[in-house]
Formats: sequence, structure tokens, C-alpha cells
Amino acid sequence: MLRVGVADRDPGAMRARVLIRPKAGILDPQGAAVERALPALGFAGVANVHVGRLVELDVQDTSQLDSMCERLLANPLVEDYEIQIHE
Amino acid sequence: MRRSLAPQMKFGVLQFPGSCDEVDALQAARRVGDAALIWHSQRDLGGADAIVVPGGFSYGDYLRAGAIARFSPAMESVIEFARDGGLVLGICNGFQVLCEAHLLPGALLPNANLRFTFRQVELDVVRSDTAFTRASGDLVRLSIPAKHSWGRYHADEPTLAELEDREQVVLRYAPGHNFNGSVRDIAGVCNEAGNVFGLMPHPEHAVDLLVGGSTDGLTIFQSMRLAVEEGAHV
Repeated sequence: MLRVGVADRDPGAMRARVLIRPKAGILDPQGAAVERALPALGFAGVANVHVGRLVELDVQDTSQLDSMCERLLANPLVEDYEIQIHE
Repeated sequence: MRRSLAPQMKFGVLQFPGSCDEVDALQAARRVGDAALIWHSQRDLGGADAIVVPGGFSYGDYLRAGAIARFSPAMESVIEFARDGGLVLGICNGFQVLCEAHLLPGALLPNANLRFTFRQVELDVVRSDTAFTRASGDLVRLSIPAKHSWGRYHADEPTLAELEDREQVVLRYAPGHNFNGSVRDIAGVCNEAGNVFGLMPHPEHAVDLLVGGSTDGLTIFQSMRLAVEEGAHV
């Protein structure tokens, strides 16, 4: 669920979510640790666990999101990012 | 140490909110020259001949280690300084900042063991002719402390091939000392021009036998002094 309601948003702003993940093929020790912990709690059949980051933000100009990700929110050398825009 | 040379070279040591090794870096630099702190909001590097970006947790390591520090006014000046050929040393968090600023190739990731680790490490000197290692003399291995949780060096295969080709790998963890899982045991790299160098272990903590386990770290600062005095970095 989005933590900020529509009423809190500046007029004209869009709510965006940026999902940031370790790039495929790069060792993800956090994901591996979670993957090992789940069976210990009795959850079977879990695979390919990866842990990333979530950035939520209100933006006036969604066309800037890509550049925000490239320059600051993600490190494109080691992370992939996915932008989701909500009304 | 050659005392007759005047004027003394000057190190500028950056200080961000969250830095914690700037004072040790300052003390280490003062054993070979003059040194002053540069606060992160300052654009003026105070006429420094060489810059040290120290360890710590700049801006709380928020977002990613070094990601925010890279955009500070002081760093903007350091980027220009480096592009003009100035000597820049990045230690631990400073190495992360230099990678984020694209002054050095690659990135630092969480240690493979997911633990903050503090231990003495042995480093093989791969290149003893750089501006940061030329005073190492007969030392083929440095013993200095490392302490970090985000020190796993990573670069993609083409970048690694380029690094090896151009001999930019300056230090490697000796066998049994790569505790963070760095690719190809890489502990320290320089840029193509050879005037920017970063490493995860802490030479500034190994300048006095009383606390550092060795004085091997001093050779990095002595090398920088030699390079500045010789006026040639590569």
C-alpha cells in the first residue's frame, strides 16, 4: 500500500515507486541469507530470493525519473531498477 | 624523511557528516607533510597538492555507501582536481565515494559474509611503481587493518579485463585474506591515468607500531609525497 494518500500530494504530482534490485548474476548475500532462513521456519519450496530497495516519491515530471535512477537512486553498474507510476 | 625540501607538500583531507577516519588520515598525512581538513560544503580545496577521501559513513551511508557524498561541493572540486591530474587517495568509504563519482571503475558491494569485519589484512603489492606505492621499496606485502561491511569489489568482466590489461590493479588481498569476497582478490585499484587510487583497507591506521600492527600504511602517504615532489604522477 502507498504510504502517502492522494490528499497529501502536491497538485499535479504523480506518485512513483522505484524498485531497485541487484543485477542478475551478481552475488546477493542478503537474498541467499533469507533463502536459507525460510526453510528453517518451515517454509518449503522457496527459491531465487533477492533483496533490493524501494524508493517512493511524488514527482511533478515523471520523465525525469529515469535520469534520477541513473544518477542517484540506483547504481547501474550493479543494480537494475524498475519505475512504477501510480495515478 | 627529507626535511630540507621546502615548502612542504600539503594534503587536503575531506570531512563529510558521518566521516570517522578523517583525523587518523590527517595525522598520517602530517607524518609526511602538511595537512588540513576540508569540510564537505567547501568548494575551495585550500591549495592542497593531494586529496584524501577518508573512511567512515558519509551522510550515514544512506541509499548506498558514497552515493550522496559524491555530489557534495567538495567532491565536485575533487572531481575537477582529479581530471587535472591531481593525486586523490580514497580509503574505505572514500574508495566507495570515488567509485560512485566514476573516478574509479567498479563498485563496492556488501561483504559476501554479510558481516562487519575488522581484522589485519596482508596485501600483495601488484604494482610498486605507482604514485601511491613507489615508496614501498622492497616491501612486496603490506600488513594493514581493514574494517568494513561493504567492501566486496565488483566490476563486470570487460571492465576487469581492461583493468588487468592496463595494470590498474595495485593491491590484491594475499591468499587467505580476501574476507569480503572481492572479485579477483582486488583490494586497491587506480584509474587509467594513475592519479586516483582507492582501497578498502586503512593505511592511515597503520602508521605507528603502538596501534597499527605495522607502519606499512605510511608508505602510501610517503609515495604520494614523492610523486608530488617529482611532479609526475604516473
